[in-house]
Amino acid sequence: MSAPGKRSWGARAVLLVPYLWLAAFFLVPFLIVLKISLSQTAIAQPPYTPLFDWSDGWAGLKAFFAALSADNYAMLGSDALYLVAYLKSIEVAAVSTALLLIIGYPMAYGMARAPRGLQPLLVMLVILPFWTSFLIRVYAWINILQRDGLLNDLLLRLHLVDAPVAWLASDTAIYIGVVYSYLPFMVLPLYATLEKMDEQLLEAAADLGCPRWKAFWQVTLPLSLPGVAAGALLCFIPITGEFVIPDLLGGSETQMIGQTLWTEFFSNKDWPVASAIAVALLGLLLVPILVYERLQQRTIEGGR
Amino acid sequence: MAEGEADRPVLVRFEGIGKRFGALTAVDNLTLDIAQGEFFALLGPSGCGKTTLLRMLAGFDRPSEGRILLDGEDIVAVPPHKRPVNMMFQSYALFPHLSVAGNIAFGLCQENVARAEIAARVAEMLALVRMPGFDHRRIHQLSGGQRQRVALARALIKRPRVLLLDEPMAALDKKLRAETQFELMELQRRLGTTFVIVTHDQDEAMIVADRIAVMDRGRLAQVAQPAEIYERPNSRWVADFIGEVTLIEGYLGKDGMLDCALGRLRVPADAPKAADRVWLALRPEKLRLSAERPADGDSNAVAGTVVEVGYRGDMSIYQVRHAERALLKVAIANTARERPSFAIGDLVWVSWPPDVGVVLTT
Repeated sequence: MSAPGKRSWGARAVLLVPYLWLAAFFLVPFLIVLKISLSQTAIAQPPYTPLFDWSDGWAGLKAFFAALSADNYAMLGSDALYLVAYLKSIEVAAVSTALLLIIGYPMAYGMARAPRGLQPLLVMLVILPFWTSFLIRVYAWINILQRDGLLNDLLLRLHLVDAPVAWLASDTAIYIGVVYSYLPFMVLPLYATLEKMDEQLLEAAADLGCPRWKAFWQVTLPLSLPGVAAGALLCFIPITGEFVIPDLLGGSETQMIGQTLWTEFFSNKDWPVASAIAVALLGLLLVPILVYERLQQRTIEGGR
Repeated sequence: MAEGEADRPVLVRFEGIGKRFGALTAVDNLTLDIAQGEFFALLGPSGCGKTTLLRMLAGFDRPSEGRILLDGEDIVAVPPHKRPVNMMFQSYALFPHLSVAGNIAFGLCQENVARAEIAARVAEMLALVRMPGFDHRRIHQLSGGQRQRVALARALIKRPRVLLLDEPMAALDKKLRAETQFELMELQRRLGTTFVIVTHDQDEAMIVADRIAVMDRGRLAQVAQPAEIYERPNSRWVADFIGEVTLIEGYLGKDGMLDCALGRLRVPADAPKAADRVWLALRPEKLRLSAERPADGDSNAVAGTVVEVGYRGDMSIYQVRHAERALLKVAIANTARERPSFAIGDLVWVSWPPDVGVVLTT
């Protein structure tokens, strides 16, 4: 590979693979979802119109596009149910991400400072929960949090409460489940950046008159910001669309957008509205991704 | 210890300092004085404890025993951020998230110094290391030499009592290193700050330092001015470590002559009298090479065969074998443009006045 313009056919083909992959497994499905979101619900198989019909030729194509409409999106905007669900999702994702940072940062910091030989074991312990199915682990939390569950049992025995606390079907339960489930996704990127950090920078800071606690704020934290951003993004985005945890642990009075989507799709059989919810969610999540992109561009320009 | 430095007050005193890492003794009961305003070098092979000594002075390592006095006060218990010493790290340890000015200002920002004063001092430092206008550059945009200057400026801005330099030129190429050495000396003279440099490069130590402490396995082998160490090493180890040397084992007789593999040789007048086992240290550049036996009767002269010739440009290094028993290294400065005429296999005479050799008993 000498000059960029003279890449061999094979090298070009290799470069094409990720694009083909993205086209086949992201772009095409996304376009299908987008198309369904612009359709109307129908009692049919599949349950929406219009359907694209090759046999009608040019006229059919025109009729097809004429039948598409943005009504579903208008409905998302007008019905408070959806707006509340979106806001709830963002609230849960934001609060959970903040909690994950507060819990995950000290963990990652401790791991990065642990003796070298111990670190692989600690990383192993962080990813160990993945060995058990996610669903089973969330079910286990139901067991722990229920009225006569382990947590209430413990609290009663310690005389911290007089009567069992209703943990389940509450936001607290959602936060417990989310923070528990997503902790590895926060800890691992943080650990990766903290572990790379040159310890001598802290010595240099101390040498220049900076006590250790101050050096954390002035040196360690700024240098770990790429890890913070990666971890936050890795948690915030999937939590926003989370369905299983709020469905199993949360209450019925408020829904997250993932639950709304599920209801529209499976209970109401309203594929077009469900698709519109999904497309709108994607648009919403594009914001933090773009912010992250900008940030990463800056760090690349920053030489790291 | 501070021979020849009696005119200057002692600034740093290591008193019976020892440092052990587990079973390993890095520094062993070491006592050393460093004078005010001195450019002092800690020289030795890797693992001799010189860096540990420097780190103990900076406060990063705590001595296992002994005291470190700065201006007569024990600073062992003082944490690094409260010591009036600053260090320039071997890897520079510049903060990648800060600009050049941010790095240099870091030390002052830890104290309650007014913004205007910080800006003025940063500008002053940038001028001092000849990098004006680099304030807003990022560290990754700088060359190795520029980073080194920023590290130096950062360590100097707080006007430390002692500036510690840990292999400051190890990352520079040879040419830049030579330039930087002279700049560093000039800077030290101008500021009058006490500099303590750690290096494994004996040339560097000899060039920059007023005094050198040669260290070996956690102990001081010799502490003296560079010329003293080179011309009068106090042991075989120091003679061998500093520069090139030929060491010849022998016995000093009652008549003051040395019996050795090269025959009976005259030794310097200040050599010990009638010692059992001694070593004669001969620096290659102090020996002469000739085709005929020199007429000068007072000099030592040994016949031999040239077995190896190394041409180095400024000088040629000859290895001369005497009677299959001893190998002598001779360096001849190539003062003329024609290369000297001795070749491998030539029979030559190696000669030297008795007083250029050094007789060592340890």
